[in-house]
Amino acid sequence: MPRNARAPSKFCETWCEADAVSARIGRPAGLKFTKIEKRFASLYALRRLDLEIAPGECVALTGRNGSGKTTLLRVASQLTRPTRGELAFPGLKEGEAPAIGYVSHAIMLYEELTAEENLQLFARLLGIAEPRRRATQSLEATNLSARATSLVRTFSRGMKQRLAIARALLSDPGVLLLDEAGTGLDTESMAWLANRIRALRDEGRTIVMSVHGESALSQLATRAARLDAGTLVADTRAGATFQSVFAAGEA
Amino acid sequence: MRLFANTAALLGKELQTEFRSRELLTTTIVFVLIVIVLFSFTFDPSVSESRRFGPGLLWLAFLFSASLMIQPSFLKERTNDTLSALRLSVGDPFAIFLAKLLANACMLLLTQLLLLPIFAVLYNVRVFPVFPQLMLVFLLGSTGVAVTGTALSAISAQARMRELLLPLLLLPLLVPILIASTEATAALLDEKPALRWDWLGILVAFDVVFLTALWLFGEYLLEE
Amino acid sequence: MIAKTGVYTFLVCVLMSVTAYASFYVAPTESTMGLVQRIFYLHAPSGMVSLMAFLVSCIGSVAYIFTRKAKWDWLAVSSAEVGVAFCTVVLLTGPIWAHPAWGVWWAWDARLTSTLVLWLLYVAYLILRTMMEDADRRALVSAFFGVFTFLDVPLVYGSIWWWRTQHPQPVVFTSAGLDPTMRKVFYLSWLSLTCLMALLVRQRYELESSREELRTLEQELEAN
Repeated sequence: MPRNARAPSKFCETWCEADAVSARIGRPAGLKFTKIEKRFASLYALRRLDLEIAPGECVALTGRNGSGKTTLLRVASQLTRPTRGELAFPGLKEGEAPAIGYVSHAIMLYEELTAEENLQLFARLLGIAEPRRRATQSLEATNLSARATSLVRTFSRGMKQRLAIARALLSDPGVLLLDEAGTGLDTESMAWLANRIRALRDEGRTIVMSVHGESALSQLATRAARLDAGTLVADTRAGATFQSVFAAGEA
Repeated sequence: MRLFANTAALLGKELQTEFRSRELLTTTIVFVLIVIVLFSFTFDPSVSESRRFGPGLLWLAFLFSASLMIQPSFLKERTNDTLSALRLSVGDPFAIFLAKLLANACMLLLTQLLLLPIFAVLYNVRVFPVFPQLMLVFLLGSTGVAVTGTALSAISAQARMRELLLPLLLLPLLVPILIASTEATAALLDEKPALRWDWLGILVAFDVVFLTALWLFGEYLLEE
Repeated sequence: MIAKTGVYTFLVCVLMSVTAYASFYVAPTESTMGLVQRIFYLHAPSGMVSLMAFLVSCIGSVAYIFTRKAKWDWLAVSSAEVGVAFCTVVLLTGPIWAHPAWGVWWAWDARLTSTLVLWLLYVAYLILRTMMEDADRRALVSAFFGVFTFLDVPLVYGSIWWWRTQHPQPVVFTSAGLDPTMRKVFYLSWLSLTCLMALLVRQRYELESSREELRTLEQELEAN
């Protein structure tokens, strides 16, 4: 949700807000990055980056390690605040916040809790009515019902990723951000993931996924873009071909 | 309202996680005990000396153990980046702080509760007649320690040398708590026990000031 | 700009010289303590100036949190460092005054003890800054801690003062009953030390600003 730095509104934020869940929109939103800059310590992860993603697009973001893909996705999810520049969500009215699902390389789950405890917790935090039912449904949708009461610590990498996707989808997000979600998955899990993303894409959600090169996931994309040293260097919307975007340099 | 619902949900998770393993609680209790015993060797433990030094040493032991025990509060959210998951899910980031500080305050209070009988025995003080009043002092003191400690845990999780940094930052800040709690405790354990509202007033002021500051500015600590 | 700084520096030097002269030759000799009492004209105003510096640092911290402009962070760290310097002066002149006058090096009186805690708090602030490399994170996190620390100052002073009132001891470091001439010299000293503080903060600020410029240039160079 957009946060501004002005404390005076804080009092109202806490006491005056209506049901915040309904304020988050489940319908797809676009993403508009305008002159985004992000500086970490001594380096610029993103430099004056301009990128516009339309609602419903499925974008594959590629580039070498350190090219800024993760940072861009974190800025998009509003976890990271850019040093300069603006992020807007075209397709939404002024002040509306998009529901965002974010899957990163870290699983973002509590290993000392069970699968269903994790999902119930996040469902409750999101303000979802009947969190237990939603958690159970999510587990069914991701084929994890059998391991619902097992600690996440005991899961394989593929199962953890599936649970991470379940967590990301709890809020019924209009925008889904996947940061190298396919890394470390075996073929079977990868196929499952690709199917899932295809279904979400066909439902019309906006999807941005960072990939390391051509794969089952990149083939689902309707658009591809390449980052290098924090700037956009190739974009299929600007006329480049999918091959050229992925071919430049190593994966 | 959503802030309280979020806080309750997170508090439940914090307590559930801790009581499943009970590592933090048992380690803290033993540590406080060790500190108390060690302190005893530094003065002549006659009844009058114990009464003079006991409360101060008790609170010093609590402060030292708190600065170690509160450390993992935010640090453990770095494994698997669960902090990002929380930030994406909760409405108001203050809920994260509130839940953690309440959990820390509970842990501290529990530690104090379990150690009180041992302290009473070792230092020959009568705690039973003033037990509710003692609990009030412990509650107010622990809240202050928990509020500042939790905030600093979020800070030190982002810095180097965090194990040493947290006590370094926390202990000077807690001087008012140490003084007020010790004086209030000493007054209750005196031959003529008295509840010192002036010292309790300082504790309340400390708690209110820092809780408000955390509410206003805490979310900036979680920013990236 | 350089000329202006030069002129200001010269004025500060003149002011300090006049103050030094006044402290030794204009102010009357105190009846009980004699010559050593004259250190009061350095000791007491330094304490007040350090508090003023810490206030400025807090303002810088709050301003940074709301505006995120680096210059406020530079102000915050510059004032904090100068404040610590003046605090150190207080802590050094205290024993120098106390030992010849009362035979003790340290007296745990309210003001000196509070200054000691203040010194520890802001040294902790400075150490926190060295433990974080990322300039933006460091600025935000230390701004938060700077606010926390300054909020603690009245609580520290209040609780220590009340503690000393409850457990009275022979009064030292009194500045009560100041002769009118002494008072004038005291104010003169306060003025000149305040001007010195402003000069030092300004110089340190310029240093920080130059460092930032250098770093930005280095980054640009690396990028190209």
